[in-house]
Amino acid sequence: MNTLALIASLLPALGAAVTFAGGRDLRHVKFWSTAPVAVSFLLALLVALEHGTGGTSTRTYSIGTAGVFHVEVGTRISGLAALTAVLVAGVALCVQAFSTSYLGGEPRYASYAALISLFTAAMLTVVFAADLVVLLVGWEIMGVCSYFLIGHYWEKPEARSASIKAFLMTKTGDVPFLFGLIALGVQAHSFRVNDVILAADNDSLHHPAWIAALLLCGVLGKSAQFPLHSWLPDAMAGPTPISALIHAATMVAAGVYLVALLYPVFVLAPAVLIAMAVIAAITMCGAALCALAQTDVKKILAYSTVSQLAYMLGGLAVGGRSQAVYLLLVHGAFKALLFLAAGVVIHRVGSNELSAMGGLRYRMPIAYGTMTVGLLALAGIPPFSGFFGKEAVLGAAYDATGEFAAPGRIVLIFGLITAGLTAAYSLRLWLGVFHGPFPDAPHEHEARVEAPQTELIPLVLLAIPAAALGLVVVFGSGFSHVVGGWSGEAGAAAAMLWPGGLTTLISLLFVVGFGGVVFLAWRRDRQADPAVMLLGPLRPLLRDGFYFDRLIDLALVRPTRAAARLVAYLDTNVFDAYVRGSGVGARGLGTVLRRLQTGSIQFYLTCLFLGVVIMAAVYAYVGTVS
Amino acid sequence: MHAVYPLVLGALLFSIGLYGVLARRSAIAVLMAIELLLNAVTLNLVAFGAILRDQYGMGQIFTLFIITIAAAETGLGLAIVLLLYRQRASADLGEQRELAEPVEDYAADELIPAQAAGESAEQVGAAR
Repeated sequence: MNTLALIASLLPALGAAVTFAGGRDLRHVKFWSTAPVAVSFLLALLVALEHGTGGTSTRTYSIGTAGVFHVEVGTRISGLAALTAVLVAGVALCVQAFSTSYLGGEPRYASYAALISLFTAAMLTVVFAADLVVLLVGWEIMGVCSYFLIGHYWEKPEARSASIKAFLMTKTGDVPFLFGLIALGVQAHSFRVNDVILAADNDSLHHPAWIAALLLCGVLGKSAQFPLHSWLPDAMAGPTPISALIHAATMVAAGVYLVALLYPVFVLAPAVLIAMAVIAAITMCGAALCALAQTDVKKILAYSTVSQLAYMLGGLAVGGRSQAVYLLLVHGAFKALLFLAAGVVIHRVGSNELSAMGGLRYRMPIAYGTMTVGLLALAGIPPFSGFFGKEAVLGAAYDATGEFAAPGRIVLIFGLITAGLTAAYSLRLWLGVFHGPFPDAPHEHEARVEAPQTELIPLVLLAIPAAALGLVVVFGSGFSHVVGGWSGEAGAAAAMLWPGGLTTLISLLFVVGFGGVVFLAWRRDRQADPAVMLLGPLRPLLRDGFYFDRLIDLALVRPTRAAARLVAYLDTNVFDAYVRGSGVGARGLGTVLRRLQTGSIQFYLTCLFLGVVIMAAVYAYVGTVS
Repeated sequence: MHAVYPLVLGALLFSIGLYGVLARRSAIAVLMAIELLLNAVTLNLVAFGAILRDQYGMGQIFTLFIITIAAAETGLGLAIVLLLYRQRASADLGEQRELAEPVEDYAADELIPAQAAGESAEQVGAAR
């Protein structure tokens, strides 16, 4: 089983290498980008089925020692890892299959497909890592891949700056993260995940709060949480399938996955849990408000990702590990679906802007149907998966006791408000894209512009889990048994995922209330954007993400630029002056000395003789003195 | 005989030879002056060999070497002088200045980077 997992995480990397090697042949690229991912999806499914419930299974190969530490390559399979791997490989497969026709004709398709495969391999490495060092390697490869993929259209300046921004912001979190990992490994006397979790369980870490805080910084960067969230909406400059991959399964999920993996470390630090809850509350509410004001379809989805990830972090902050993981899986399915469907729509319409869309429900029936499923799941409408994921987290927040009580209150209040806001922006997106009049065409169902089959099949395949993953709750605590306890151990007290009680009622009220307001606003004028009327003067503020980028510009970018200018000035005018001065001096001295080079041999000999005389005189004088 | 006579004679010969080498313009005269220098040295060698009562006669042996080398050197030198005269119709050493380093004035701004040089070129252009 561990070997299968290892193969599953290495196959996409192999696929990436082969894809790169034969980049000119389109069929070769299409085959080698999808087939290895498909095989590794099957392997991940096999691993998950074979693993069963609870417990962990680890097999490692030592590849060398670094001081007192062993570095080990290998796989550690827990219920959490197995399920996440299925999600990652499944979404990656859908994205690769989708890309064969979506980006198949583009000139840089080969490098794009290879990078997606590498990205998948890196994420599977993180998921199956048995050693924190190996985990860090996968983590950083993901950062690099996301940089290249966001900057796929490097002809566009906004894509270039978005990729640099994503890289810098995630690195800002990764530096403390690296220190956190080192501190964790040193204090646990081993970098093996098993040993680290054991050390945390035995409470033998010296400074768990510091370690948890440092790790949290990396998680905030990768999972795009406040204050490192603003790279994600900008990352929409990349191709749409990339957004689906980054937002649903890989990059941003890695942060939440890490917290779930090292959960015992975080549980030891109640202060960090409260900080996590506050950050999650700020992020979920703020991002949902921003999503409500965006006019770009992809940016709406991007902000909704930020908001949903905050839900997961909130769930983790209140002790609901299984619930957060459940939401992670569910969200991965429906968010990948939403992005791919949005990609189909954007391709056919030719614009990202919501104002350029409308009335597409007759023209693109399959995209309409699948995206409706995705949006219903996102909004949290009962039979769909998103409802159960959201209710599980809110229920965990409601039931939180002891050290989790304070974070529980924060997450609960903001989570309920966000549930309403999520429904509002989902409804606005749905109405804006598929209903109302199409801006350029007089008749709504004039012509069907459906996408090719290769793009629609992934949509349908993703719509199934997005709609039906809610069935998991029928088994009550079954899911929690598979995921295992806080340390991934089997047979822990399992959490029930079945929604019910006060939180469900209130959140449904919020959903209906906020959604109803948006619907009424839309009813009044079907052409206008409901956000214009509802948000009023706040709209520009929210559309620019609370001017957060301007704040960063003011606080960081401009001082850095000024410092760089100062350094450049000092370099050219102070340090270079010394260098130039020595050059000028040597040259000037040379000009004086070359006047002695008259070409007359006798003159040279005279000088030689004079030199000998002077030397002799000096020698005689020194000889007499001493 | 007092030891000072040969030494003074050697010093005088050396001085005359040195003057000839450094001051005369004619290449032939310079060659002759070199002979004087060599002979001054041989005289000193012989004189010191006698003064220090050198039982191996090292001074005289070296003198024989120097005479041999001086003959060869004179032959070589004369050949060079002949070639020089054939090529240039002159054996005046004062005129042979081909190896002189051309002296030009280098301005300090030649060493300033291209940007500054470009600026100064622009200024020149503007002045025109």
